[in-house]
Amino acid sequence: MPLPQPPARPAAPPPITLSQVTKRFAGGVQALAGVSLAVAPGEFVALLGPSGCGKSTVLRLVAGLAQADGGQVSAPALDAAGASTTAFVFQEPTLMPWASVFDNVFLPLRLLGQRRAAAAALVRQVLARVGLAEFEAAYPAQLSGGMKMRASIARALVTQPQVLLMDEPFAALDDITRQRLNADLLQWWQQQGMSALFVTHSVGEAVFLSQRVLVMAARPGRVVAEVAIDAPYPRTPAFRHSAAFAQASRTLGQALEAAAEPAAR
Amino acid sequence: MSSARWLPALVMLGLLAGWELLVRAAHIPAYTLPAPSVVAQSLVANFGSLALSWWFTVKVTAGALALACAGGVLIASVFALSPTLERALFPVAVVLQVTPIVAVAPLILIYVDSTTAALLLCAWIVAFFPILSNTVVGLRAADANLRDLFRLYRATPWQRLALLRMPTAAPYFLAGLKISGGLSLIGAVTAEMVAGAAGRETGLASRILEASFRTETPKMFAALTLLVATGVAIFALFNALSRWLLGPWHASESAHD
Repeated sequence: MPLPQPPARPAAPPPITLSQVTKRFAGGVQALAGVSLAVAPGEFVALLGPSGCGKSTVLRLVAGLAQADGGQVSAPALDAAGASTTAFVFQEPTLMPWASVFDNVFLPLRLLGQRRAAAAALVRQVLARVGLAEFEAAYPAQLSGGMKMRASIARALVTQPQVLLMDEPFAALDDITRQRLNADLLQWWQQQGMSALFVTHSVGEAVFLSQRVLVMAARPGRVVAEVAIDAPYPRTPAFRHSAAFAQASRTLGQALEAAAEPAAR
Repeated sequence: MSSARWLPALVMLGLLAGWELLVRAAHIPAYTLPAPSVVAQSLVANFGSLALSWWFTVKVTAGALALACAGGVLIASVFALSPTLERALFPVAVVLQVTPIVAVAPLILIYVDSTTAALLLCAWIVAFFPILSNTVVGLRAADANLRDLFRLYRATPWQRLALLRMPTAAPYFLAGLKISGGLSLIGAVTAEMVAGAAGRETGLASRILEASFRTETPKMFAALTLLVATGVAIFALFNALSRWLLGPWHASESAHD
């Protein structure tokens, strides 16, 4: 896929920090109990854990879509002017079924007050970057699962965000599509120079993508381990077969097991 | 594919032919059951008065449906914006819906001076509920993640309405419209039957009543034929509208081809 030159690298994004954050759901379930974490500007961090451990809740707090009950959350999206600096990719592609791929990708710019004609060049550039240049007139129902997710990521990238939040975006895709998107995602992340917080329950995905993996445990949700992945970028598919990959996967697997509840073992 | 397309037409033709043959073979008198050919003759012979009455019925139907669309969507929007108002007023809508129109029509005819206005009101009462209840559901049906996305980009309430809630509600509204189209015709005819209106401005229901008093059975069937054709045309019109609007994206219109 030919990649056009990325736009000028934006200034270093401000960091994301959570300190001693607690969150309780309406039903009384303790979603998060004293979660502290930080994502440095330009860093790729994965949140790894079983379902129900509150990793999605962390993302929603960072995006400003939910409020913490206690502790401190600091993130660009929470600033008054930060609306366009944060992008969110959901587990489902979450495209508007009634709108073309072009209009779906244009949506954030439209909501931020841009005119269609003025934004068209940027929208097309981003579509070309994710490999959907020929599909701008297609409707989501006409796309495969992988292409829908590419459109969803294009919509996230179109505002040139400083922070990219992703909530198990590739969980529903087949393995080949998922590995291809993992590799592409790293390219887009490097071109954009943004911070990325990536939620997953796949050890392999966490290792392949990130510089740092935070392991979370459930009931109550908390961070129980932190593992650095010391492998340089760009990472190629060959990285999956390296000793470093195997070592990191083993460490994370053990951390996950130790974090699991006794009943689940 | 082509056999599937022609099948309904063949069945209709077969039924008509069977009817014609049965009436002729059994020598059934026309005042009991006229053959389709006799009905067609009556339709041609009475075309002038029937066409005028048809036009009146169509006007009442279209007027009631237009008001049902406007009223249904307007009330649905208010309900969608205020759950409190919905809780307070939805029972009233249900009461209007479940009361048989034949039972209320005489009252409405007492309270409303103009017969035409009374007919409009009756047809409206029958037609507006499917649009209202469907649109209320549709306006609430927006995908939770899309709603979050609109929040993330600080969408204004107007942007949320125009770009998210209205497109989401469109298939629901159109499904309600398909039901209401037929209902408004039924409402217009039923109310006129009850009104038993006589005079210059009357519709097909009055023609049917007159013909029945005079045992002009073929003319009753002729008027009935026009009503059926009108109902089918309304249904076809909204089916086409729905396909045109939803065809490219909605599962209900794109699954079969």
